[in-house]
Amino acid sequence: MGWAIALHGGAGDIPRSLPPDRRQPREAALRHSLQVGVAAIKAGRSPLDVVELVVRELEDHPHFNAGRGSVLTSDGTVEMEACIMDGNTKRCGAVSGLTTVKNAISLARLVMEKTPHIYLGFDGAEAFARDQGVETIESSHFITPENIERLKQAKEANRVQIDYTEPLTKVEEAPPSNGDSQLGTVGCVAVDGKGNLATATSTGGLVNKMAGRIGDTPIIGAGTYANKLCAVSATGKGEAIIRATVGRDVAALMEYKGLSLKEAATYVIEECAPSRTAGLVAVSATGDVAMPFNTVGMFRACATEDGYTEVAIWDDETCS
Amino acid sequence: MGGWAIAVHGGAGVDPNLPKERQEGAKRLLTRCLDLGISALRSSLLPIDVVELVIRELESDPLFNSGRGSALTAEGAAEMEASIMDGVGRRCGAVSGVTTVKNPISLARLVMDKSPHSYLAFSGAEDFAKQQGVELVDNDYFITEDNLGMLKLAKEANSIIFDYRIPLTGSDSCGAAADSPPLKMNGLPISVYAPETVGCVVVDGEGRCAAGTSTGGLMNKMSGRIGDSPLIGSGTYACDVCAVSCTGEGEAIIRGTLARDVAAVMEYKGMGLQEAVDFVIERRLDGGGQAGLIAVSSKGEVACGFNSVGMFRGCANEDGFMEVGIWDQ
Repeated sequence: MGWAIALHGGAGDIPRSLPPDRRQPREAALRHSLQVGVAAIKAGRSPLDVVELVVRELEDHPHFNAGRGSVLTSDGTVEMEACIMDGNTKRCGAVSGLTTVKNAISLARLVMEKTPHIYLGFDGAEAFARDQGVETIESSHFITPENIERLKQAKEANRVQIDYTEPLTKVEEAPPSNGDSQLGTVGCVAVDGKGNLATATSTGGLVNKMAGRIGDTPIIGAGTYANKLCAVSATGKGEAIIRATVGRDVAALMEYKGLSLKEAATYVIEECAPSRTAGLVAVSATGDVAMPFNTVGMFRACATEDGYTEVAIWDDETCS
Repeated sequence: MGGWAIAVHGGAGVDPNLPKERQEGAKRLLTRCLDLGISALRSSLLPIDVVELVIRELESDPLFNSGRGSALTAEGAAEMEASIMDGVGRRCGAVSGVTTVKNPISLARLVMDKSPHSYLAFSGAEDFAKQQGVELVDNDYFITEDNLGMLKLAKEANSIIFDYRIPLTGSDSCGAAADSPPLKMNGLPISVYAPETVGCVVVDGEGRCAAGTSTGGLMNKMSGRIGDSPLIGSGTYACDVCAVSCTGEGEAIIRGTLARDVAAVMEYKGMGLQEAVDFVIERRLDGGGQAGLIAVSSKGEVACGFNSVGMFRGCANEDGFMEVGIWDQ
């Protein structure tokens, strides 16, 4: 037992040739967000507070596809979505189609705590944000030059881009388009020393997505799930994650087949989600951590009470 | 065993004092939809096509809460959502926030078949509908006098919406005694509550399953509120062992990932269909949540279960079994 925390900044075909100026800021952000989360856990904050806090950090960071730095729709706008879930009560909150809310994850939390509903979208969600007085910013705040460029490339390539970290310099190096990737989601899962679990996920979605497109992130049981056994946050190709009900299945395998967290998480990623489509971070009530992915890489970090920490991108090297 | 089977529902949570003629009207509609589905199955239509066909019929009839006859938002408009899933390949499509699309279930199908995505909502969904040339109507088409009246009652009943967190102290009998607390669902007294959805599940003789769900959502809801019906794994799910469509208190269905869990206990615990349905209804609706569901298995079985007061439903299979009901089994 003991506390544990894991977070991700997206799974996908992250090329090993990723240049330092694209790699280092992300690693630094993962490390920083991990520190924020660990400090909060040590200070006795609830896992629900911790995951919200960490995801807010990642949303504010312009290098991940959430909040500022969100990828753009085919109209050149941002439409952000997020979801939070408390393991003990299975209470949850989700939002989609946000355009001015600085921290989507915090609005998702307010949906959970201040309404009898679970999920608000688009104009209704924006109106709720204003009612609640959360911080809103003009849409242009979220748009980065990098993402304008990515959208341009995706349109030129006339397809939806699955790996937002890789500029499409050569067509043959570009990953195959499968139309529904959700690379670059951010997420965090945490458990405290008493076994209380929580999860949070946030994203801008898919580059060049149709306006109104919703991915796996705000769908309970797909991109986000927590109960008394584990907490899960997934990332990758939205459609694949929805079809495989990734979040729920990790927990279901633990509950119904008695698998351990690692076994369940590995099984779902390796057997239930098609190759190169998904990754996840998960923690169990007993303080286990799992961060499997079937893509080339996944930006991730974790720490446990016994002092283990890890910050990594690919599967054969760590850079803590 | 191993033939086709079909089930339809028109929502869980029924006013025990619903006038007889309304009950009869509902049963006639359910029967008509079953017959439509059965006829389609006999013509060898694929389960996904049968599901869409039957739900279109339910959406077009103003009796239940979907398409025409949808429950209304706080502003008095219809804002609809639907999802459909093909057990073959677990392909899926969903829409939310549609206001001019005559048949939301068909738009959900087009999202699945004709877009690179799984779920489209609000103006993005409406734009896609226009591109696809589906039949569009004014929002008025969906609004019935009945529902305008219900909306007014819901506002008066002060459906402030925090009420539904109070667990039902109630009654597991069909009637509410005068001195027991009023039956409620989603915070509304049952006389005002509009059952939330319609759905259909189908399996053909080859064991292929499909499911679909469609709704106008919660009466007096905030515009922008999304419920369980368009959420794969919650309101709708289909895979190679079964197909499920749920109805009832959305939050409870989402938290319980009800539709997925029926399949999960079949797959991971080896339960049969009815056992899985009973398990999920008994154990996955914690916190007093009320809901119901219909399901078919790849073996040709059909089952339903609900812990609410009543669920409009009908089931049939190739062996000649056919049943339409509202109250407890």
